[in-house]
Amino acid sequence: MTMNLTEHVEQGQIRDDIPEFNPGDTVKVHVRVVEGNRERVQVFQGVVIARRGDGARESFTVRKVSFGIGVERVFPLHSPIIEKIEVVIRGDVRRAKLYYLRDRVGKAAKVKEKRDR
Amino acid sequence: MTQKAVVGQKVGMTQVWDEDNKIIPVTVLKVTPCRVVQIKTPDTDGYSAIQVTVGEREAKKLNSPEAGHFAKAGVAPGTELVELRLDDVSEYTVGHEFGAETFEEGEAVDAIGTSKGKGFAGVMKRHNFSGQRATHGAHLVHRMPGSIGQCATPARVFKGTKMAGRMGSDRVTIQSLKVVQADPEKELLLVRGSVPGPKGGTVIIRNAEKKAGGAQ
Repeated sequence: MTMNLTEHVEQGQIRDDIPEFNPGDTVKVHVRVVEGNRERVQVFQGVVIARRGDGARESFTVRKVSFGIGVERVFPLHSPIIEKIEVVIRGDVRRAKLYYLRDRVGKAAKVKEKRDR
Repeated sequence: MTQKAVVGQKVGMTQVWDEDNKIIPVTVLKVTPCRVVQIKTPDTDGYSAIQVTVGEREAKKLNSPEAGHFAKAGVAPGTELVELRLDDVSEYTVGHEFGAETFEEGEAVDAIGTSKGKGFAGVMKRHNFSGQRATHGAHLVHRMPGSIGQCATPARVFKGTKMAGRMGSDRVTIQSLKVVQADPEKELLLVRGSVPGPKGGTVIIRNAEKKAGGAQ
């Protein structure tokens, strides 16, 4: 009974406009950025290397290589700063956490695209 | 200092978003109506407090002193009796009920609970001692306290010397937490930050003693 109560609090925060995506997928995350009193949208595109957490507390990590430097950003999945998430490519991977991509460079760091069966 | 207080039950922790889209960690507390069973005044008891009960308990599960106590007050028996020390008890009457509506959003509160028991703990965990060397000949003393005193003078160990022993299950007060949300309808109180004790543990929430008005 007690478990349901925290879930109850979280219920209102869960967004239903988040598309389904998995680790390995390449996504575009549209993030609202507030600069002073102006607001604009920034796009962060990269590979989802992890999803963790449950309910309203779920978050995901997106990795991209920018000018030769690996950049990772962790987003709370239900964050109000996310305007939308676009899935660009569905990746074909065999594990849930793709941390091995950090140690790879160039072509080895690529995720295979998922073929429709 | 304490004008108002309620008894609640720790439900667990989660997070909510604030108006700046930042995550606030919150503890969810279930505050079911507290029923006043007894009023203690300086004249009768030497100090002022109210004794309240929460929840419900079957009449046949009470022992006779408890049954008599509840019968005298004319209050439905609850799971436990908790005393709330208040400066002024004149507003309260026996049988009076109050709950989550006692507090408002933005108010600063203190949370009092019984911390989780840790069992018999060594000095490193219990008193934050540094322990001893990992190498350089250290043998079986890595987590030991070291010296606990001198030699012929004083020829004894001083009282209160920090040693290993039972840790936890203490009454702990966390001061000046902010009420993020008060929902009397759902009997919920959301407090910023953590609160002592396990899930399901009894927590006393009172107005902050060291911080008037809004916290943080």
